[in-house]
Amino acid sequence: MKVGVPNEVFPGERRVAATPQSVKRLRKLGFEVQIERGAGESADYPDANYVEAGATIVDDVEQLWATSDIVLKMNAPEQHPKLHKHEADLLREGGTLISFIWPAQSEELVKRLAARKATVFSMDCVPRITRAQRMDALSAMANIAGYRAVVEAAHNYPRFFTGQVTAAGKIDPARVLVIGAGVAGLAAIGAAKGLGAQVRAFDTRPEVEDQIASMGAEFIPMEFEEEGAGEGGYAKQMSDAFLKAEVDLLSKQAMKVDIIITTALIPGRPAPQLITAGMVESMRHGSVIVDMAAQQGGNCALCKPGEVIVHKGVTIIGYTDLPSRMAAQSSQLYATNIAHMLDELGGAENYNVDYDNEIIRGSLVLDRGEMRWPPPQPKSPVPETIPTKRRDTAAPIVEDTKPAPDKKKTSLRWLWIAMLGLAAFGIGWSAPESFLTHFTVFILAIFVGWQVVWNVTPALHTPLMSVTNAISGIIIIGGMLQLTTGDFNAAMALGAIAVFIATINIAGGFLVTKRMLAMFQR
Amino acid sequence: MKESLVTVAYIVAGVMFIMSLGGLSHPTTSRRGNWYGIIGMIIALAATAAGGMVGAYWLLIAAIVPAVIIGAVVAHRVQMTSMPQLVAMLHSFVGLAAVLVGIATDMHPAEHVGGAAISHAEQLIHMIEIYLGVCIGSITFTGSIIAFGKLQGKISGNPMILPGRHFMNLLILIGTIAVGWWYMHVAGGEHIEGGYPGLIPLIIATVLTGLFGMHMVMAIGGADMPVVVSMLNSYSGWAAAAAGFMLGNDLLIITGALVGSSGAILSIIMCKGMNRSFISVIMGGFGTANASPSSAAAIDGEVTKIDVDSTVELFADAKSVVIVPGYGMAVAQAQHSLSEVTKILLERGINVRFAIHPVAGRLPGHMNILLAEANVSYEIVLEMDEVNDDLPDTDVVLVIGANDIVNPSAQDDPGSPIAGMPVLEVWKSGTVVVMKRSMASGYAGVDNPLFYKDNTRMLFGDAKDNVDAILTALRQSRRTAGAEG
Repeated sequence: MKVGVPNEVFPGERRVAATPQSVKRLRKLGFEVQIERGAGESADYPDANYVEAGATIVDDVEQLWATSDIVLKMNAPEQHPKLHKHEADLLREGGTLISFIWPAQSEELVKRLAARKATVFSMDCVPRITRAQRMDALSAMANIAGYRAVVEAAHNYPRFFTGQVTAAGKIDPARVLVIGAGVAGLAAIGAAKGLGAQVRAFDTRPEVEDQIASMGAEFIPMEFEEEGAGEGGYAKQMSDAFLKAEVDLLSKQAMKVDIIITTALIPGRPAPQLITAGMVESMRHGSVIVDMAAQQGGNCALCKPGEVIVHKGVTIIGYTDLPSRMAAQSSQLYATNIAHMLDELGGAENYNVDYDNEIIRGSLVLDRGEMRWPPPQPKSPVPETIPTKRRDTAAPIVEDTKPAPDKKKTSLRWLWIAMLGLAAFGIGWSAPESFLTHFTVFILAIFVGWQVVWNVTPALHTPLMSVTNAISGIIIIGGMLQLTTGDFNAAMALGAIAVFIATINIAGGFLVTKRMLAMFQR
Repeated sequence: MKESLVTVAYIVAGVMFIMSLGGLSHPTTSRRGNWYGIIGMIIALAATAAGGMVGAYWLLIAAIVPAVIIGAVVAHRVQMTSMPQLVAMLHSFVGLAAVLVGIATDMHPAEHVGGAAISHAEQLIHMIEIYLGVCIGSITFTGSIIAFGKLQGKISGNPMILPGRHFMNLLILIGTIAVGWWYMHVAGGEHIEGGYPGLIPLIIATVLTGLFGMHMVMAIGGADMPVVVSMLNSYSGWAAAAAGFMLGNDLLIITGALVGSSGAILSIIMCKGMNRSFISVIMGGFGTANASPSSAAAIDGEVTKIDVDSTVELFADAKSVVIVPGYGMAVAQAQHSLSEVTKILLERGINVRFAIHPVAGRLPGHMNILLAEANVSYEIVLEMDEVNDDLPDTDVVLVIGANDIVNPSAQDDPGSPIAGMPVLEVWKSGTVVVMKRSMASGYAGVDNPLFYKDNTRMLFGDAKDNVDAILTALRQSRRTAGAEG
């Protein structure tokens, strides 16, 4: 099977859907790979490297599209600026396309592809499940974009990010507010933190607080009862009242920070407008806003997609090509995602569009021209009958037995106390004086040992065992006391053996403890 | 020597022993602590020898001199990884000595008990003391021998569950009490010239309780050995204390009580480390009775493998690294290479720490000893509680030969056999690299969801080989870095 990778025609796009490394992977999966001349040039992958990895270079774009069984792309097909033809029409009839498609927003394109009887997988539709993470191109790109957003902000911010105390005075660290703690937001937090800034983050989903904290930022909580988590871990559309509360909160924050990075997106809808013109004006001169939602209309009212504008001293960055600005690595990650996708499809030998595979079914938009998007909602897994049964029978047992041990425990404790009391009484009543003096020593020694040993550091538990071992060799005295004057008898023999083994214990125990403790000395 | 002088010497020795244990509260004072113990022992022995009750000095020297040599050689030769076996073996000696002292005391009551006429009650208590001392000693002896065999690998580490074992134990208990009754009756009478009437019941009791000790430890599995060894440590102390009662010797009582409570505390710590009650460990059979994984949640996802080079790359980007060693590190003897790796990482300014779970290894503090042997500074070897809060801020966690102690199902899955056991929350860190031989489940027979987490990478193979490979790679990169600079 032939896989073709054309040059991206989207203006300003530097990325490419295959890199020399991914070509190697694809070759391993059994695919032949052909690449348009110069496709990787802007991502710093010269043609020679592709050839080295086993790809063929094709000069003619139309030929490339026409001869490839599967075409890999970054951006959705569009009008080819040089050929004056639409890329969708270049695709071989019945061919396969793997790319970002955004089927919800590009109805016309999908129709066009359907007319070509095309099979189309959309990388943006890969379901968000654990197994699909190696194909999750959206996260891979968002991660890069989040990092780059901070770099762009730093580039446009005329001050330090990190705080310093110098002989000439103190420099305050930059205060960064990240709105939306998705993959991009978290990456931005990490990057800003890495540059030394003080980072705060806000998200409508309270459960991301831990993730924000784990990146080293402070979570700004919102006092409002509404759950912000939608399907698949994305944020959902919130009520108007909530939005108003959110804007209030952010307007207070805006006055306190130097840099705002917004990443708030709701799948399939225009980006929520969170930063008003008034909030922008309330910010200090020199502040920077990076609107990562610019492509979807922007989180900032003043944002101009693709441009950098300055409004009353505040720079508003609306770049829509953040991942593309780090083309080599974003191409690498995307190309790897695609290689995994082709692996999931069975490679060249066992290539099969498996409707039972959740990942394949989820990302499939068209199958030989037939509309397959959106995919049916995943059936809620039907529990197998056996476990259900077991649970049914097990549950009442658990409920019955659970309180029982507790009762048993308390009654057991009382039993113990009663027994101890009785034993103490019995000893006091019947035991002779000579025994009681020894008994006093015994009990006190137990308590002394108890107090002392709890103080032993856990690191020294092994030496503790060996030293207690050595001193329990004190039983040697019992043996020695048998070695009385007089004739040799059986008791003396036993005593001598006891002395012998107890001495091994004493010598061995102390010496091995000494050896161990010497290792701790420094 | 005057008897009161001996008593004073015993008091000094007792104080020395207490100070010895007190010295172990910190590594810097620990060596002094050991010396206190040695001095205390010498004082006690010298006082006993000079106390006027010991006559057969030739026998004493003949017994002590070779024993000291044997002890010294063993202590010198033993490998740190074999410490659990050595400790178990030494416990058995104390047990055996207690049995011998008990029998010898019965045969030939030492003079100090005699002299003044003793009342009937005193006589009875004395016999109970002898009987108890022999029984505890015998349990300690055989139990420790079995523990030694299991730790040495001569006996299978799997719990041996005999049918009706609780019933058998009950029978032994009843039998022991019955023989004890018999002993009281026989030995209470007049000593017949040349005969030892109490000898036969005592020997039967020794055999019975010896069987009990064997059976008890046989039923306990390999990973519960930390509890068993500490428990036997405790028993050896009680055996010594019982000997002290039968001889009316306060020093033995004090020492026995110290050792007994020390072992008991260690057992408690170990049990807490596994969130299991002492009784359930002693009953044994963990991992067989409740190993039915039906209740355990099904694990979804797949394992991500990693190779040595990528692991080294992970280190290159990390600012903080936590290493979690387990029994697998001891088995593979990887501690020395690991120590070298740690040094290189520390040189690079990476914050490297070791996290020790209370029950890692086969002996309380086993991992600490191995790391100390490999010259890892004890300052960076931390306890579970010290490190758990830092794990979310840790970039890379390296798990070497540990499984159950890093199993998240102890927290997440109430149906898991290890539910509630405190674990190292390594999954909260950036990336977890797990070194493991294969995907086999840990001792508890529980599958470990950690291996399927998104931030977990599996590095399969022998731990020693892998650590060596990491070390080589790190050294190479250091050399190239040096060449560039």
